[in-house]
Amino acid sequence: MELEKLTAHECREKLEKKEISSKELTQSVLERIDAVEDRVEAYINLMPQEAIKAAKAIDERRAAGEPLGPLAGIPIALKDVLCLEGIPATCASRMLEHFVPPYTATAVEKVLGAGAIPVGKTNMDEFAMGSSTETSAFHPTYNPWNLDYVPGGSSGGSAAAIAADETVLALGTDTGGSIRQPAGFCGVVGLKPTYGRVSRYGLIAYGSSLDQIGPLVKDVEDAALLLNVIAGRDERDCTSADLPVPDYTQALTGDIRGLKVGLPKECFGEGLLPDVKTALDEAAKKLEALGAEIVEVSLPHTEYGIAAYYLVATAEASSNLARFDGVVYGYRTPDKVEGLVDMYMKSRAQGFGPEVKRRIMLGTFVLSSGFYDAYYLKACRVRTLLRRDFEAAFEKVDTVLMPTSPTPAFKVGEISDDPLQMYLMDVFTVTLNMAGLPGIALPCGFSREGLPVGMQFIGKVFDEETILRAAHAFEQNTEFHKKKPNL
Amino acid sequence: MSISKQEVEHIALLSRLALTPEEIEKYTEQLQDIVAYAEKIQQLPLDEVEPMSHAIRMTNVMREEDAVGKMLTNEQALANAPDRADPYFRVPKVTDPA
Repeated sequence: MELEKLTAHECREKLEKKEISSKELTQSVLERIDAVEDRVEAYINLMPQEAIKAAKAIDERRAAGEPLGPLAGIPIALKDVLCLEGIPATCASRMLEHFVPPYTATAVEKVLGAGAIPVGKTNMDEFAMGSSTETSAFHPTYNPWNLDYVPGGSSGGSAAAIAADETVLALGTDTGGSIRQPAGFCGVVGLKPTYGRVSRYGLIAYGSSLDQIGPLVKDVEDAALLLNVIAGRDERDCTSADLPVPDYTQALTGDIRGLKVGLPKECFGEGLLPDVKTALDEAAKKLEALGAEIVEVSLPHTEYGIAAYYLVATAEASSNLARFDGVVYGYRTPDKVEGLVDMYMKSRAQGFGPEVKRRIMLGTFVLSSGFYDAYYLKACRVRTLLRRDFEAAFEKVDTVLMPTSPTPAFKVGEISDDPLQMYLMDVFTVTLNMAGLPGIALPCGFSREGLPVGMQFIGKVFDEETILRAAHAFEQNTEFHKKKPNL
Repeated sequence: MSISKQEVEHIALLSRLALTPEEIEKYTEQLQDIVAYAEKIQQLPLDEVEPMSHAIRMTNVMREEDAVGKMLTNEQALANAPDRADPYFRVPKVTDPA
């Protein structure tokens, strides 16, 4: 039996019934990694011994009749931007290549506390800056559906690992689309929670007002299961919301009769690949057949989203990455230096890749004296307009539906020379982060080349339940979630 | 609004990034493209719009009491040091600003 192909909820059932052991399940996942990882390259660091040890411990506790958490015995992959004590957290950068965190991120603590088995740290764009996982300082990750193509980014490693069954569960992070876009490219489910739903403690920061940790998983039920575990107030992250966490699996009623789904006209115009438009049109028809009502809405400031995002996000990044100076951790230049400032300049120039340097400089520029009002502050005002666009739409509908990106996956190397063209990939994802809203991406079709097409349901603030319900109903009435790549 | 090469050199210094002349050229060109694109937000009437910096409206969250919690040990804190002279981190001498 190919246990690694199971979803987390299927694993849980078999583990609870003692049909399988966590050791067998974890072993299957590790064997799968052995079989395909040299082609997919989803991981930066693997932890096979720790994984087997943890799996055996869960099996023993289960045999002894101890109460176990909701993820007990299930393998999970963690994006390498998340701290797990004692295991390197590199952010796919030379700057942190040998950095071993002395503490564990809250979200990771929670999944481990729920009994999940950590399998390894997954590849990503360097410091989460990218849309293809090509800016990783170590190696790219390849799309399991076609190895000539990118898996998307920045959580490309986690998305690819899920698509390739190199793990059962995964965590990614999303600042401008980094969970949802790779979920779309890899034909898997990815959820970005409302800003503040999940603690950012232990998440190495890129854009502090935008970052969120979320599940990358095989189906919507697994997303609900994982969200249940990671959500909640954390004293160590003062931006985390002090709101109770519902049982998100209760939202999976299968009933979307009367659900009002908004299709923003700005997202269905030119620039959308015909195959993507067709898939979304079919999806809308399917939703109507299930009793939902399709309503045209408008998000008039969509076209300003990228510009505003790249001003806000890079400004925050330039501030967050200032801590990497070679003093107390991270890369320090081995070159001879003329004093402290020279050490900073050489360490950072050598430790960071070009995309990271580009964004740090852009961010420094927008925050610099003389330009702060014209760029950063204005971008923050655009943020308010983006939020208001959604609020106006939500007066007419319960959820907004749009593609995850204008095209499916592109070829490795196809756009890496053109930073701006890469940024424009994020047109359908950034506005959500700017407004702080939740979004879930799931597969809704394939292009004529056989690459997955993704769509996303966007929800009101802290209304993950509605988007989970909508996504689940669509998924359970289609077959996309059952399709696997031929690896 | 365009970014000049001199501005890029200045930004590189502020960002503490040592760049080669070739890199300065390349980044100037790329940053010019990006800034030219970002200019489009100037088209919007923004004077009456409040800037948003928090996705959720929260007021300042204060710590309840000043109590000692879990801390790193010296060893944990020094473990990733590029250069250590326990219990200190060692760095090159601070030079006078030019």
